[in-house]
Amino acid sequence: MKLTPLLALTAALLGWSLASQADDKPLKVGFVYVSPIGDAGWTYMHDRARKIVEEEFGDKIETNYVESVAEGADSERVIRNLSARGYDLIFTTSFGYMNPTLKVARRFPQVKYEHATGYKTARNVGNYQARAYQARYLAGMTAGAMSSTNQIGYVAAFPIPEVIRGINAFTLGAQATNPNVKVKVVWINTWHDPAKEREAADSLILQNVDVLTMHTDSPAVIQAAEARGVYSVGFNSDMSHYGPKSHLTAAVMHWESIYRDKIQAVLDGTWEPKAIWHGLKEGVVDVAPFNEAVPEWVVEKVNTVKMQIINGEHAVFEGPIYNQAGELMVKEGEQLSDEELIELEWYVKGIDG
Amino acid sequence: MDLALLENILFATVRTGTPLLLVALGAMISERSGVLNLGQEGMILVGAACAFIAAYSADSLMLGVVIGALAGALVSLIFAFVALTLISNQVATGLALTIFGTGLSAFLGAEYVGQSIEGMTRVELPLLHKIPLIGPALFGQDLMVYLGLTLFALVFWTMRSTRLGLIIRAVGENPQVAHALGYKVLLVRYAAVLFGGAMAGLAGAYLSLSYTPMWAEGISAGRGWIALALVVFASWRTERILMGAWLFGFASILHLLLQGFGYDVPSNLLAMLPYAVTIVVLVFMMSRKGAKGLFAPRSLGQPYHPPQ
Repeated sequence: MKLTPLLALTAALLGWSLASQADDKPLKVGFVYVSPIGDAGWTYMHDRARKIVEEEFGDKIETNYVESVAEGADSERVIRNLSARGYDLIFTTSFGYMNPTLKVARRFPQVKYEHATGYKTARNVGNYQARAYQARYLAGMTAGAMSSTNQIGYVAAFPIPEVIRGINAFTLGAQATNPNVKVKVVWINTWHDPAKEREAADSLILQNVDVLTMHTDSPAVIQAAEARGVYSVGFNSDMSHYGPKSHLTAAVMHWESIYRDKIQAVLDGTWEPKAIWHGLKEGVVDVAPFNEAVPEWVVEKVNTVKMQIINGEHAVFEGPIYNQAGELMVKEGEQLSDEELIELEWYVKGIDG
Repeated sequence: MDLALLENILFATVRTGTPLLLVALGAMISERSGVLNLGQEGMILVGAACAFIAAYSADSLMLGVVIGALAGALVSLIFAFVALTLISNQVATGLALTIFGTGLSAFLGAEYVGQSIEGMTRVELPLLHKIPLIGPALFGQDLMVYLGLTLFALVFWTMRSTRLGLIIRAVGENPQVAHALGYKVLLVRYAAVLFGGAMAGLAGAYLSLSYTPMWAEGISAGRGWIALALVVFASWRTERILMGAWLFGFASILHLLLQGFGYDVPSNLLAMLPYAVTIVVLVFMMSRKGAKGLFAPRSLGQPYHPPQ
């Protein structure tokens, strides 16, 4: 976007002017976002978490954010600016900020950095991720149980490991409650184009799909499902008010649990650069409250599996798992390691797309 | 492919084409009068945000539509003042308007992210919507689609057979001569730009009230730019704009349909189709000597200094 540098600059200036008024030296926490906070998806949830921790910590911390920062050179400048303005802890919330964060971090050893969704750490750089796939699995279980045509539609943005992981987990979950179910994937090549998301959803409904979900940013897919009278499963946040009848549940993200821990650790002086990948157990991901259309047995089953995942008795990617061609990829009794999950690029059996 | 599926595809095509049609009609009028306004994207966004806010606050979709159009016209007034009265560079002013509109809409709509409204419902015209194949697509849509088609007919008639259409064209071809003939060049251009703004605002209202009834930043996702390309593609002819809007609408859903049917076509390739077609048209137009003059309004984008 052409306006990004402008917005980034204004926001950085705003951040600076607000920051310079502080007297009692609270911990200064900065956030760098890839999209506008009004995107209703990824960044929206990060910013919601920021507001929650700001509320909780009161005057012990002071937070600020810069939105719509393009990955690459732009982000390096923004991160450097924040560092130079005396921020103590900086969260960079997009995959493409990884190298810029590391580069700036070398120059500002006294500042602590936390990068989301990457895989590198340094002396003063930690990284954090959410096991969204665990919530996807539970959401998939619900979807599978509710499908009577045995066809589920999935509107997806880009075929990168994180999205593929979600599709696979969702499909495995759906198959756990409905062995015959197929998941049809439509790629739209954008994170945020409500109209296109809606068209993709409509085109899937035309093909006999009766439950829809998505890995894109807006609730347009939920609206499409509501309008056409089929079920849907949300993502990022509880989207039930967009589809009171259609929205079964959602795979939701609660970044505040990570932000709370990290900020507390810095306040206590116990912060260490770690790579964390939190999920259901830590409360970073969860499923939203169920629609009343979901029968009791499904809710019970989902909750049972949720407890099993939390207790470590059940893993989402637990063998036997077959790929699309029917080859055995994970043997019975084995499961995919975190390293394999991070690089996951094949689809499980039952996925069309 | 069965009949129901074809009907559905046509239905989706008309729906997808409607915002493009609205914006392109407005941009075409403004360009026909000689003013190139690249601020379409910004005007759509402001229209979409204001329409949603009005509809949400007053619980009235109709009010939302009216406010959307007014908001679009209002921001285009800024463009008109800077580009026409202060005689600035139109391209730069238009780009600035897009940036301004994007920011303003985000600011206005910030409180309304995540809110939902009851969107427009389909109004099936009696009997007509039962015509096989084209019935649902043309007569089973919501009011905004009908409004788009009505405005198309109006613009078509105006440009083809009214005095007003002739004046707009004269001003766009040669403002000096139009002035010499006694026409108020600036007045005509102001009106054309405001009309364009209102149309872009309507397109925004269509997006945030009917197509995806919600407000999210950047909801237009580049449709303003596609519409500008569409005007060139249609070589400033009204009837071609309608065809082009449907064609572009179809192109933008084609890859979704093909994927669903299991055809293995790279979706990025199909997604760029509208733009690729526009480039081809541009190359074609420019490569024939003098052909440019046959299509584009001759004074398009050129500043006009009214004689003292």
